[in-house]
Amino acid sequence: MLTEEVYKKIDTLIAKYPTKKAALLPALWVAQAANDNWLPREAMADVAKYLGLAPAYVEGVATFYTMYNKAPVGRHHLEVCHNIVCMVVGADELIDHIGGKLGVGRGETTPDRKFTLNTAECLGACANAPCMMVGDTYYEDLTTEKVDEILADLARK
Amino acid sequence: MPSEQPQYLYKYRQVPGIDDIDVYLKHEGYNAVRKALTMDQEAIINEVKLSGLRGRGGAGFPTFIKWNGIPKNWDKPHYLVVNADEGEPGTAKDRDLMNALPHLLVEGCIISCWAIRSKACYIYIRGEYIQPARQIQKAIDQAYAKGFLGKNILGSGFDLDMYVHMGAGAYECGEESALMSSLMGERGMPRHKPPSAPLPVISGVWDSPTIVNNVETIATAVPIINMGGAEYAKVGTGTPGAGPASRGTKLITLSGHVKKPGNYEIVLGTPVREIIYEIGGGIKNDKKLKFFIPGGSSTPLLPPEFLDTPYDYEALGKTGSLLGSGALIVYDETVSVPALMTRLMHFYAHESCGKCTPCREGTNWLVKIHDRIMAGGGRPEDIDLLLDISNNIFGRSFCALGDAAAMPLAGFFAGKGAIYYFREEYEELIRNGAGGKKRAFAPLQMAGV
Repeated sequence: MLTEEVYKKIDTLIAKYPTKKAALLPALWVAQAANDNWLPREAMADVAKYLGLAPAYVEGVATFYTMYNKAPVGRHHLEVCHNIVCMVVGADELIDHIGGKLGVGRGETTPDRKFTLNTAECLGACANAPCMMVGDTYYEDLTTEKVDEILADLARK
Repeated sequence: MPSEQPQYLYKYRQVPGIDDIDVYLKHEGYNAVRKALTMDQEAIINEVKLSGLRGRGGAGFPTFIKWNGIPKNWDKPHYLVVNADEGEPGTAKDRDLMNALPHLLVEGCIISCWAIRSKACYIYIRGEYIQPARQIQKAIDQAYAKGFLGKNILGSGFDLDMYVHMGAGAYECGEESALMSSLMGERGMPRHKPPSAPLPVISGVWDSPTIVNNVETIATAVPIINMGGAEYAKVGTGTPGAGPASRGTKLITLSGHVKKPGNYEIVLGTPVREIIYEIGGGIKNDKKLKFFIPGGSSTPLLPPEFLDTPYDYEALGKTGSLLGSGALIVYDETVSVPALMTRLMHFYAHESCGKCTPCREGTNWLVKIHDRIMAGGGRPEDIDLLLDISNNIFGRSFCALGDAAAMPLAGFFAGKGAIYYFREEYEELIRNGAGGKKRAFAPLQMAGV
């Protein structure tokens, strides 16, 4: 199910390493990006075949890492940090607030598939807590007002 | 920022556009590379030795010993792997450094690779750090364009290629051997450590001599070469060459209930009180300080009577805690210790790679007991059970992740952790149930797992 374009990208990745296997993590990133930000089994199998690895091995690696999504996610994947710094400056309240606004719980996706709400473990922005990651963007020093603006902005995209 | 804190890494932090190579070059940029390429390997490693630099990722291992361990005259390829998998809760300094000063890291990598005769450098960046990775990639591309990377760097005959490798969300990959597994396309699980296996400097990635160093450690090679190791070592605590010492400066992430959270460069040995009350501006909303965590989530918390401890490896070690990665987290009087520890135990249970039983089973057991206490079903014997489990994880797990889960609760060798200092809070919760404030701790949610 992977396209020629994806394989071309994987070729450039393979060139960076002494072994084909080492290109597995970056190849899975490419496959995920090309597939609405998640990895169906078929995509993992294609990557496995291309890198000369067993499909079970690739699945075993993919399931180890939280950022490879093994099921579809919404267009905007909200990951709100709730670890021990963000927690004490209001992360749980923010998560409840976002969940209330979107009508979803943790780990759930809105029926229109626009938003998925998740918790994240330490995003490494502790000096600017609380924070969340949406796709490749970090939002820091969050307040409920700021979150409302971000949600309204994302809803338009 | 008090003026007496010299800024070696952050010297040009505030210069607009310093992430661009043209601006960077106007501010001593790549001077250290030019200088290093005129020195031989031994001379560079000697400067690092004189500087007293210890690994800034958490372990504090003397950097020159690692570098010196690389075999001489081997025809195998050598690798430098930069650990940019910053996942310790409380730590955000490497992200800041990569975002703001990407060329400092690239320059440090070139010097380090020259010192260990490595022709390939991989910067392993945690998957979440997409923006820092872009900054580093941009810096690498610019460095290639100016001839600081690639074939025959500055006419020295030295070839070097540098690559960014993205992780995909696993705290465990910050562990040196797990990081190497991950780089090679495997699950990020730790490998055997010596004596049952060779050190990475002999057999690391792809069975080749490998150095794994933290981002800050590698970046520090730049000021060390620029100013000389002896000059760098002029600040700090302890006497260089006479036993363990904490020389130079350290990047810290100051977070939690302080007025001015941020990433700061401080001289090692600055008292914690000065960091929290002067650099950090004191406690938010002028509340009372309840405790602080000195070096990231795996280091045992300390109550206010330790405020005058110098922020260095030895002094913090003596308190029964650790300097760790330099993540000083500050908590005010409103924080519930059992609630905080519950969240933390969920984190470690989730991040345990599952390779060894003490960590895999132990962390989940710690979670279950904490959840029960938080839900109002705690039993008096639970507190000693938590300590017992922690003590059975500590020192028995395959890598340091198990220790990292046990230490916050039960402490390090001195045995002073959260339960030692705040046992009454646990007892009260158990006596009164959840005190009407039941809070279910939702475990980490992920798509499709």
